[in-house]
Amino acid sequence: MESPKIAVQVDDLTVAYNYKPVLWDIDLQIPEGVLMAIVGPNGAGKSTLIKSILGIIDPIAGSVAIYDKPYEKQRKLVAYVPQKGSVDWDFPTTALDVVMMGTYGKLGWIKRPGKKEKKAALEALEKVGMLSFKGRQISQLSGGQQQRVFLARALVQDAAIYFMDEPFQGVDATTEIAIINILKELRKANKTVIVVHHDLQTVPEYFDWVTFLNVKKIATGPVKDIFNDDNLTKTYGINYKVAVNQ
Amino acid sequence: MELSEYFTLVFTDYTLRTITLGTAILGAICGMLGSFAVLRKQSLLGDAISHAALPGIALAFLITGTKDTNLLLIGALVSGLIGTFWIRGMITKTHLKSDTALGLILSLFFGFGMLLLTFIQKQPNANQAGLDKYLFGQAATLVQKDVTLMAIVTGVCLVIVLLFWKEFKILLFDADYTKTLGFNTRFIDVLITFFIVLAIVLGLQTVGVVLMSAMLLAPAAAARQWTNKLSIMLILAALFGAFAGVFGTAISASENNLSTGPVIVLVAAVFVLVSFVFSPQRGILFKQIRFWKNRRDLQLQKTLQFMFDIVRDHPDISHPHAIKILNNFQGYTKGTLKKMEEKNWVQVKGVQWSLTQEGYHAAENLYKQ
Repeated sequence: MESPKIAVQVDDLTVAYNYKPVLWDIDLQIPEGVLMAIVGPNGAGKSTLIKSILGIIDPIAGSVAIYDKPYEKQRKLVAYVPQKGSVDWDFPTTALDVVMMGTYGKLGWIKRPGKKEKKAALEALEKVGMLSFKGRQISQLSGGQQQRVFLARALVQDAAIYFMDEPFQGVDATTEIAIINILKELRKANKTVIVVHHDLQTVPEYFDWVTFLNVKKIATGPVKDIFNDDNLTKTYGINYKVAVNQ
Repeated sequence: MELSEYFTLVFTDYTLRTITLGTAILGAICGMLGSFAVLRKQSLLGDAISHAALPGIALAFLITGTKDTNLLLIGALVSGLIGTFWIRGMITKTHLKSDTALGLILSLFFGFGMLLLTFIQKQPNANQAGLDKYLFGQAATLVQKDVTLMAIVTGVCLVIVLLFWKEFKILLFDADYTKTLGFNTRFIDVLITFFIVLAIVLGLQTVGVVLMSAMLLAPAAAARQWTNKLSIMLILAALFGAFAGVFGTAISASENNLSTGPVIVLVAAVFVLVSFVFSPQRGILFKQIRFWKNRRDLQLQKTLQFMFDIVRDHPDISHPHAIKILNNFQGYTKGTLKKMEEKNWVQVKGVQWSLTQEGYHAAENLYKQ
């Protein structure tokens, strides 16, 4: 069997705020078609890892390649779902309008979205079960609905690789199931999905690949091989199983 | 001069027409760009920029020795831009929060500007008087040439906003995401900021350094109350700004030549006040009315539920019961019973009430929700 293509390759990535390293010398190879969780304690640099891969934060050192080419040349292959709390939901706009923003990247400068883009946005809204809310002012959506709108915006980008920053944060069971179903659909279509994730209990159920992170990379690989007490203890600094069962 | 007299004179009198047109255009461009500032949560940036422009005016006078408005405004533009970039630099390079950086630059530049103004006033030069009009503005000094400049800048600004509408909107909403789509967010950002600085500088002659930020913020804050659409918000803010300009000028011209800038700002403040109270979706008045209505509906439903609980166990749902038993129930008032009768949920006979078929169904559906 030939080995799968590498979708994301990160070399020597180092990020520091105020001389304090947030990410230290990270090397990562993420194979095409995996559903990968990034786990680690608070302040481990999970969001920072995604943001520096996407060029939102400037790293001190390191490089990122998407399918063997520099990230800057491959932006159109990459979609991003930021943390829900990173924007002001009182902004005067509708759910459909936010999803349409996902089409802006391919449109480029100045050109306005047309019928084709609107159709794609409506389809994405339908996929996340939000079609009936298309005209709703975004502040009048619940937290879970806002998260689904963000997901739809990324789906509209029709990318090969999806980066998601805590998409399950503060959503109810219905939304969680809706989101995980979409993630699985993406994997079926051989897309690569990288998710910052907090809930260790659901890692084996939702994901097939995992990266343990605590400023340094602790381990990365298939969930069935490396999701074990040893790595959890190394990452969180406590014996996780023992602590939970106390 | 009476207010009505003003509105007849405005079409014939050169000075009045020039000033009115000038303040209207200024209000419109400030309202439009102020919307961007408000949505980016950079409301105070305008205040810092306008204060930062003062030393530029003074220095331009000291260097050139003339009071030519355009030259002075170029000085204002340069020092306003320097102030803006220092604020940005401070926020990104140091770990100061933006309010600290804004406050620092505002007071530093303004202090330096005041120092220069006093220095200029002590000079033995008859030409020096009148620079202090830039503190509170003097609309009466507007001439045709100034208004033309304002109109040109507003036109260019309008074209830029229409051209980069999509880019402006997405940057305002989610800057990080915009970056991942491959847009040069720095360019969009500088473009917006540059026009905000330009609008402020244009307004200095009319409204002055001290009150200029209100011209940016007030129309935008008022407009936000009336709509949930960005395009409408911008149009409304421009209209509010223009009206504030015209009414402000009218009032100041008709009332013993009150200072125009402050009057314009006060008129804009009235727009804000009215919007905060009376806008249908976000205004406090309608919010309170909705709250009252909800509470009343809830009271009705609670009483109906209570009745339903009593009636449920009887074979005949319309069996009459004493009104007295409702007294044990907190939600009940005489008014409630009357409202329920109007809705045909109950029938009242003497001291007894009975649930109707309609009321019974309403109560059943209440449970189902």
